[in-house]
Amino acid sequence: MSEPSLAIRKFSDLANPTRFLALVATVWPWLAGLTLCLFAVGLYLSFTTVGDYQQGETVRIMYVHVPAAWLSMMCYTVMALSALGTLVWRHPLADVSAKAAAPIGACFTLVALITGSLWGKPMWGTWWVWDARLTSVFVLFLMYLGLIALNRAMDEPTRAAKVSAVLILVGFVNIPIIKFSVEWWNTLHQPASVIRMDGPTISGEFLRPLLVMAVAFTLLFFTLHILAMRNEILRRRIAVLRRHAARSAGGAA
Amino acid sequence: MIALLARDLKLSVRAGGGALIGVLFFMTVVAVIPFGVGPDLNLLSRIGPAILWIGALLASLLGLDRLFQAEREDGSLDLLLMQETPLVLTVFVKCVAHWVATGLPLVIASPLLGLFMNMDEVAIGATTLTLLAGTPAITFIGAAGAAIAVALPRGGLLVSILVLPLAIPVLIFGVSAVYAAIQDPAPFLPPFLILIAINLFFAVLGPVAAAAALRLSSD
Repeated sequence: MSEPSLAIRKFSDLANPTRFLALVATVWPWLAGLTLCLFAVGLYLSFTTVGDYQQGETVRIMYVHVPAAWLSMMCYTVMALSALGTLVWRHPLADVSAKAAAPIGACFTLVALITGSLWGKPMWGTWWVWDARLTSVFVLFLMYLGLIALNRAMDEPTRAAKVSAVLILVGFVNIPIIKFSVEWWNTLHQPASVIRMDGPTISGEFLRPLLVMAVAFTLLFFTLHILAMRNEILRRRIAVLRRHAARSAGGAA
Repeated sequence: MIALLARDLKLSVRAGGGALIGVLFFMTVVAVIPFGVGPDLNLLSRIGPAILWIGALLASLLGLDRLFQAEREDGSLDLLLMQETPLVLTVFVKCVAHWVATGLPLVIASPLLGLFMNMDEVAIGATTLTLLAGTPAITFIGAAGAAIAVALPRGGLLVSILVLPLAIPVLIFGVSAVYAAIQDPAPFLPPFLILIAINLFFAVLGPVAAAAALRLSSD
């Protein structure tokens, strides 16, 4: 048997929720432990490296802010892939994955927004600027909240998943448009004096803790994601069990 | 398809003045702004195009939840789903009818409101032109939101929440095209052409997504 077909077989094996739960049970302690170790190393590095000569100590906000912002993008990409999985392959776990990822993504986006705001106050002198990146991330946050609201508004989980998968994909097409267009808009209207975020900060000194923190955040996301997926599966099972119990109770009476 | 277009148009014109309510809402939004920011004519003429655009955006969102709702209630949505003609085309025609019934009146009303805002002729012309090019895009992308929310009991508000972030590029390029027309150094044509491109893009994306969502939520 060739390698790709083996991979596909493994992937569709996971369509069985019980198998997935078993995999989660073995994997998640390792993943969580690794995340903790990386966070320990990353935070140690973040606090021991020298501050930037211009920004002083506040540059350390970057070690939380940039990974969180990066993860907010990645989380939406994971959701878009899950949405494809729902619509194209009808993978039973894909809708669970998309639903579980939305609140996590919203949290990462919120963390990115809040830390960015805290960083912006001493650096730019303001909590908020209608700058390209800030605006697009804010819109991303709104889209996460809209998706969560849509998921909650529907009773039936499978139908909610399909419909929100359509919205996720439409939104994913829109993300590059938002980013690109607002940047373009700002070159027209924004005075050029705004400090750019990606200017002076990238040197080896800052890059090392940043990368460690980025990997730690990514692992944190995957840990939270598989645990949220496990909870979602269990929640659905409980709902089904309750329905059965109610039906049998109604039949007996 | 032409029959569907005519039917939708007739329905929207005759059934309780849905189009007029959109225009009325538009006028109300614009009329409320001077109370909020004060009757300073210079300020109003400066922010006028943006206000017209935001008002038009909100007004075209207002009627969106009715796009498929009435047909779902009386069951004709299922007939549309079972038709021989592709559902994407049906949705497209419905969008066009919806735009003619609700979007076009907004465009026609905008010069008058522009006068209220103390805008000069160039600004009024540019605003009307960009609204003409931009409001169909809002309808098309809004159709996707309407189709998603069609199965919900109280979908109206949710449609607005889902569609507004997607409509932001339209707003950005619409407003920036108007300001480019007013202020000399910036060229008018590039943002306007991008606006038209977004319009065409949404004209494809919106009906396809709406058709997919309708099929998924109908079973």
